Amino acid sequence: MTARLTRKAGEWAPALAVFVLVIGAWEGGIALFHVQQFLLPRPSDIVRAFFTERHTLWPAGWYTFKEALGGFAAGSTLGIIAATFVGRFKSAGTAFMPIAIAANAVPIIAFAPIFDVWFNPLSPVSKMAIAAVLCFLPVMVNTLRGLQSASPRQIELMRSYAASELEIWRRVRVPTALPYVFTALKVASVLAMIGAIVGEYFGGAFTALGVLINSDAQIFHFVTAWAGILLASMLGLSLYGSVVLVERLVVRWTPAAGEA
Amino acid sequence: MRAAARAGAVALVVLVLVGLWELYRWIWTSAGWTWPFVVDATSMPHVWTILKAFGQPTQVNQPALGTLLFHKALFTMKESAVGFAIGAVVGFTLGCLLVHSRLLQRGFLPYLVASQTIPILAIAPMVVVWVNPKLPPSLQGWGAVAVIASYLTFFPVLINTLRGLQSADARALELMRTYAAGRWSVLWKVRVPASLPFVFAALKLAATASVVGAIIGELPSGLQSGLGGAIINFNQYYSLEPQELWATNIVAALVGIIFFVIVVAAEKAIVRRPPETAR
Amino acid sequence: MSTTQQSVVSIEGVTKTFPHGNVTALQDIDLKLEPGEFVSLIGPSGCGKSTLLRVIGDLIQPTTGTVTVNGKPAHKARVDHDYGIVFQDAVLFDWRTVARNIALPLEMLGWDRERRNARVAEMMELVELKGFGDHHPWQLSGGMQQRASIARALAFEPALLLMDEPFGALDEMTRERLNLELLSIWERLASTVVFVTHSISEAVFLSTRVVVMSPRPGRIAGVVEIDLPSPRGVETREAPRFFELVTEVRELLRKRGEHLFPEEEPL
Repeated sequence: MTARLTRKAGEWAPALAVFVLVIGAWEGGIALFHVQQFLLPRPSDIVRAFFTERHTLWPAGWYTFKEALGGFAAGSTLGIIAATFVGRFKSAGTAFMPIAIAANAVPIIAFAPIFDVWFNPLSPVSKMAIAAVLCFLPVMVNTLRGLQSASPRQIELMRSYAASELEIWRRVRVPTALPYVFTALKVASVLAMIGAIVGEYFGGAFTALGVLINSDAQIFHFVTAWAGILLASMLGLSLYGSVVLVERLVVRWTPAAGEA
Repeated sequence: MRAAARAGAVALVVLVLVGLWELYRWIWTSAGWTWPFVVDATSMPHVWTILKAFGQPTQVNQPALGTLLFHKALFTMKESAVGFAIGAVVGFTLGCLLVHSRLLQRGFLPYLVASQTIPILAIAPMVVVWVNPKLPPSLQGWGAVAVIASYLTFFPVLINTLRGLQSADARALELMRTYAAGRWSVLWKVRVPASLPFVFAALKLAATASVVGAIIGELPSGLQSGLGGAIINFNQYYSLEPQELWATNIVAALVGIIFFVIVVAAEKAIVRRPPETAR
Repeated sequence: MSTTQQSVVSIEGVTKTFPHGNVTALQDIDLKLEPGEFVSLIGPSGCGKSTLLRVIGDLIQPTTGTVTVNGKPAHKARVDHDYGIVFQDAVLFDWRTVARNIALPLEMLGWDRERRNARVAEMMELVELKGFGDHHPWQLSGGMQQRASIARALAFEPALLLMDEPFGALDEMTRERLNLELLSIWERLASTVVFVTHSISEAVFLSTRVVVMSPRPGRIAGVVEIDLPSPRGVETREAPRFFELVTEVRELLRKRGEHLFPEEEPL
């Protein structure tokens, strides 16, 4: 047990060292080089603002996090359903893939203002919609790829058992697809938060983090703005981390292939 | 022959999408449904209205919308292309450096991953203020946006370069050791060729990311000459002329797709892979 | 162990052509297998032995001809789970433990948990994998994985066992040991075995009959009756009669196969 812990500690030591070095250099460098506070405040200032402004900042973060979470859940679920559907009907799959790939190439973010028009800009739904659309495609494409990557020998084995399509699906295709799905969910988790914040740029409730960061920056409260950015980043990472945790619980085997 | 078939398929898809759009519109306006959103001439203009808008000027004595958007698209593409190039080079180089040291990987990768959770929209104004004075006047403005675009581009390229370089066949590496080959020779002769499929997969993602980065970067910088500026503009008087924003979005989508297609074509030309085994 | 119903396989006039490339994989195959036989199919690449195995298992349909297993058409035999199959790769599921992998066909047959667990324990004992039930496939060596694969194929005690070069990926010592294990399992269950292999000595050692096939088009070049005494053991491989039979098979391969290293056809 302790051997594993020390090994884990050893793995994280370099990252920790880098952290300490960078923060130290940052803190010192600001003072030394007289960098404008607007560009890059001192880490100590940012952390202080993070706590002193928490009454506005933290609820705003939670508000935006809920948008991201809602979008993440909706987009990923739809993506998985769509992939399952397309995967069942192979002809639809081959016709659909190029469309999906092309759709992936479209900068969805340009549609943010239109979502604001459709759903009241002050309502969280418009931001959830952006996050959902951003999550949908990577999840769908990767889930589909996972469903199609079952080894032909395994399928042959199942046929020797006279297994029905449904049984093959349940016993082979779905377990094979799981690693792919989780890879996509990790990507989507980061996109969801970013989508929510960018969406808020075009207009949103004042209780939203993106709006807060923006307005703070515009009235030259840069330290608070940076604290908001820190919060946004932490929230994005926590969503990512949750997905990783769930993955560790669900996918307990070494994937044969499947890292996208 | 195949190119004609491919073009035909694309045209068919476009027609189907247009058809679905109009159908949805027709059903929702006839039935008067308000979920998920109210459908009218503002929220969903007719496809024809949008297309017609390309030919009309937005203001008196201005060129047609189509021409306007064309120039803005070029401007944004310039930013995306430069951002893409910078990000790809940085990502690839970093990958080539990091592959040699597990220690450096463990030290830096967590932060590189975390960096992608920082909303670039929020730090874009800072980047602009910081970068602009450092650039010669001709590069100012859009140069900063290119840097922002490169921020979104470098990460997928880095991660995939790393994976690709690490995917080199262990036996090929052993062979190079029997030649007493130096580290950089091994890199160039074995690892880099092995990494190409991975790198190109990342470049396809990065192409889109660079366009997204460019558009996002333009938003807070107040640049009028690009698509981002157009989006803000047309968003402001959306209720009067909704089709102009839609037209802009179509152009933005096209720019993204064009970039993607270019990378795919480049991949076909450069990487000659053994055919994928039939599934 | 319970008595296994013995199987009769009857192959009549089977031809298989693959449409693309116009390849005649099998031509006019006539073969009848008696219950309890151990028959090896051997031949150079492209002679159709793996195709024939799959035709028997109704995984490929013949272009002409009939295959009867136990008096039923091959298709019905497959639906009735009348055979177990072992491939060259173990084809185990990474996401299941070894025990659950072996239990797979039993789950498909709808056995309840108690019965399944009992049988899985029996099988693991039979192939000497006791204690590894909770491991995952990747934690096992190649030989152990293949043993698990055999355990799975035998789990529901099929009357017919189809094996496609099951030991091909293993080293010779492991292979010889698994040969002995397979023979003892075969004697215990009294099932019929169709065994595809590349190795002449393996074919002669294991079988009651060796069917030599030749390519282009795939057909039966000849049959060698193996009259080595049972039970066979390590000393069998050193008996003079063994070498005679190996030579007989080799000569048959050489004559009808035309070359020792037939040209590989590019894909």
